[in-house]
Order: sequence, then C-alpha cells, then structure tokens
Amino acid sequence: MTTITETRTGTNALEIDDISKVFGHGGGAVTAIDGMTVTVGTGEFLAIVGASGCGKSTLLSLVAGLEEPTTGAVDVGGHRVAMMFQEAALFPWLTVGANIEIPMKVNRVPKAERRKRVIELLDLVRLSGFERKRPHELSGGMRQRVALARALAQDADVLLMDEPFGALDAMTRDILHDELERIWRERSLTILFVTHNVREAVRLGDRVVLLSSRPGRVIKEFPVEGERPRRIDSALIAGQAAAITDRLREEVSRHA
Amino acid sequence: MPETDARNRQVQGLDALELQPGKSVGDRGAAGIAGRIWAATWPKAVAVVIVLAAWQALVWSGWRTEYVFPGPDRVLPALLNEVTDPAFWSAVQVTMRRAFVGFALALAVGVVVGLAVSQFRPLRSAIGSLVTGLQTMPSIVWFPFAMLLYGISESAIMFVIILGAAPSIAGGLTSGIDYVSPSLLRAGQVMGLRGVQRYSLLIVPAALPMFVTGLKQGWAFAWRSLMAGELLVIINQENSIGWALSQARQLNDADRLLSYIIIVLVIGIMIDVFFNWADRSLRRRWGIAPS
Repeated sequence: MTTITETRTGTNALEIDDISKVFGHGGGAVTAIDGMTVTVGTGEFLAIVGASGCGKSTLLSLVAGLEEPTTGAVDVGGHRVAMMFQEAALFPWLTVGANIEIPMKVNRVPKAERRKRVIELLDLVRLSGFERKRPHELSGGMRQRVALARALAQDADVLLMDEPFGALDAMTRDILHDELERIWRERSLTILFVTHNVREAVRLGDRVVLLSSRPGRVIKEFPVEGERPRRIDSALIAGQAAAITDRLREEVSRHA
Repeated sequence: MPETDARNRQVQGLDALELQPGKSVGDRGAAGIAGRIWAATWPKAVAVVIVLAAWQALVWSGWRTEYVFPGPDRVLPALLNEVTDPAFWSAVQVTMRRAFVGFALALAVGVVVGLAVSQFRPLRSAIGSLVTGLQTMPSIVWFPFAMLLYGISESAIMFVIILGAAPSIAGGLTSGIDYVSPSLLRAGQVMGLRGVQRYSLLIVPAALPMFVTGLKQGWAFAWRSLMAGELLVIINQENSIGWALSQARQLNDADRLLSYIIIVLVIGIMIDVFFNWADRSLRRRWGIAPS
C-alpha cells in the first residue's frame, strides 16, 4: 500500500448545509438537530462522535434521504449513498450470497453479473466460500462484513455507518477497523462514520466532528494526526482521544 | 504482500474460532438415517399400543355392550375391510376435494382480507377486531344460516369453511406483516426496495413463518367445519366421510362408525405432520430453531 490517500481532494462528496430537524409540532416539538453544517471531502473518512441525543441517527437518515430536513439542505452531489447499522439486518431467509444480490436486483443488474460480483465482494470482505451459508450460521463480525458487502453492492461511493461495530467484542472490532480502512482505500470510498466510541473515531477518521446533545450541533472539529494504519492502542491515538473525551464530558455535564 | 497475508490469517483465524465447531450435516450413513427414523417412530408406536390396550381393557371391563362399543379386535378388521372397498376411497375423495377447495377459497379470501387490513389503518380498526371475533366463533353456528342461503348444497359447506378458516389465515398474514423486524424494514428502505419488490423480496418472505402458523390454524378450523357440515348437510346421499359416519350411526354399525373416526383422526394427523414439516423447515432456514 504505497498510495497515500489525499484526505481532501478539493471537491466535496457531501455538503450538509445548516440543517435543522424538528420532530412533532407545537408544544411537543423536539429539535433533534439545530443548525448543523458539515462537509465531507471526496474520499474522506469523517468520524462523528457525540453522546446520546446528539441526533446522529437522524443526521444519517437525512443524508440517506430517508427523511427531509426541516430547514437547510443536504447535497450529496449525485453520489450514491449506502448505509450500515449496528445490527447487520441481513435477511435471515436468504443465503449470504442472495443477501448481497438484493441491492443489485433493485438496480436490475443481470443475473450472471450479479453472481460474479457476489464472488468478488465476498472476496473483498474475506468471506470467500461463505456464499451459501445463512446469516445465523455466521458470527457477529462476519455478519457485519456481509452487511458491508451488501452496502457496496449498491454501487455506492458514499458509505454512511451508524455505529456499525458497536455490538462487537473488542478484538473483532479492532480487526474490522483494519478491514474497513483497507476497503475504504481500495474502493476510494467516502465514509461518514457515527460512533459513541471516541477512540474508534480517532482510530478511523481523518477528522473527528464532535456533536452536542439535545439539540445536536457541531461543537468542534478535530483533525486527526498519525499515519495509517493507526493502532487503537497507540499513545498517539490515546492522547488525541483524551482531548476529545474531555470536551465530550464537559458537554454531557452541561445536561446534569 | 506479507502484511496483507498476515491480516488475512488474522481474519480467518478469528472467523474459525467464532464459528461453532463443526456440526457437519450430511455425513450421516444409512445406519444413521435408520436410527433417526427408529428414534422418531418408536414413541408413536408405543402410544398407539397404549391406546389400543386401554381401549380393549375398557371393552373387557363391560362398561358398554360390545354391540355399541366394540373393541379394536372388531374395529380394526372392519377398518381394513373399508379401506379395501372402492366406495370408501370415493368417500374420502369427495371429502378431501371439499376440504382442499374450501381451504383454497378460504386462503384466497384470507389473503385479500389480511393484506387489506394490514395496508389500511382505518380498515384495521374497523374490521380488525371483527376478524378476531370470528376466529373465536364456533363455525357450526353458521350452518343453519348457510343452509337458508344456499340450500342443502356444497356451497353451504364451503360458506362455513371460509367463515371458519379465513379469519385465522387473515390474522396470520396481518400479524406476520406487522411483526416484520423494523431493522429489516429500514435495511430494505436504505437499499431502495420499493413497490412490488418491497413485497416480493422483503415483506412476504419475512411474514411467512407467521403466515404458515395462520394456515395451520385455518386448516384445523376448515377441517372441523367440513366434518360438521358433512354430518348436517347431506347432499343427495352423496358418499363422503360425514355421510358414512351418519349412515353407520343410523344402521347402528359401531364397527364402521369407529373405523371412520379413526380415518378422520389419521387424515388430521397427516395434514398436521405436513404443516409441522413446513413450519420446521422454515424455522431451520431462518435459524430460529435447532436443526
């Protein structure tokens, strides 16, 4: 891996421009996001951290186009957006291969081509030979890799990730960080990665954006230093994470 | 690249450790299969023997005269006699045809009603509880009305079968659709599943296990309604299981009466075995039952 990915290529894959999202009306209205502006460069890995109630899931829904912002705009500039969740949400009645085929069926990819790409995607997530297994036969980490393959089958170049490794054990999570980083580079993806875990954010992100809670606003952006691949247990990561965690705790105590 | 290779080994090692050690299926020999069949069969065989013994003991106790309550020694030969008679098979054929046609109609009505109820909220509050109410109603109470509507005809029987079975089928379908996991729905939405594909690739397969449960219950109601119908609505002396039962009673032929009861039981068990098989293979595919 000799190519050093440029973190900012000048053009933005994603522009979130002063968005707000209010749920409900009148007295019961809840402001989930209030005036948030975030830009994500093409090929950038942006990590977003925040405590509960920072509206990060709402943010991802808005970017994915599942919901409309109350004010402001989300511009994905014609990029195709895929999304992954904390649970793999694979269809339990289908084999691993058939699960990965679903987005291609939606996009009307011919059958022979679908087969070929399933093999290729399984190879990418290092699950060659698991095509005929069913989701319940796999471990949690393997299911998340299938979910990643399924997201990539959407032909998306922007990947939204909502705490995708939150339910995994530490060792599996570490290995999946390496895997995600490798695939991000190989596929030149743009990733918007939301997590509660500050170290994870520093391990993976080119930048870390810290959000406030209730309503969600951007508190601060932190550029991350250190060459990839970084180690989550390195002093460099720990030091940067500590600074962000301090700021996050400050924000949390504000709600006491 | 050595680095990539090392990574690959880490990932594969972790996967191998996390997978349960090989419960390899498919390498059972012929002896293994025979053993499994034996293990599944012998408790049932023992149960049959116990029932026959208890029955015979009751007959020997002199509780009723053998004239009205014959033992297995008389009923089993009578049963064998029936089974070898073509008239018996035509009776079974008529009954099973009614059962399947009735069930198919109930299926069609149940699916349409179930889909409608799950799609339109107002409809759900309007007729949702009505469907549940119908489910608890003994279908036999519909027969007098059905006979008024349709006369002494097969349509009267079909009418009651549909009223008996369709609510369960509709109920199974609506709860199947209601309980599709929200995370699957969200995944489908993110992948762009819309319209027909949303149904064919997501909702229908996800609702299938509960739908099959509804079908099984619907069949039980259909079968009961049919038996009641054949006893009450006797059409032109047409031979059927119900007709044979009431004939046997009128002729005080207890041997035949009991052998037909056994037939009804056996048919019920066979269909139940089929539904259980369907249910189990679905659950195994989903990984929600031990294989």
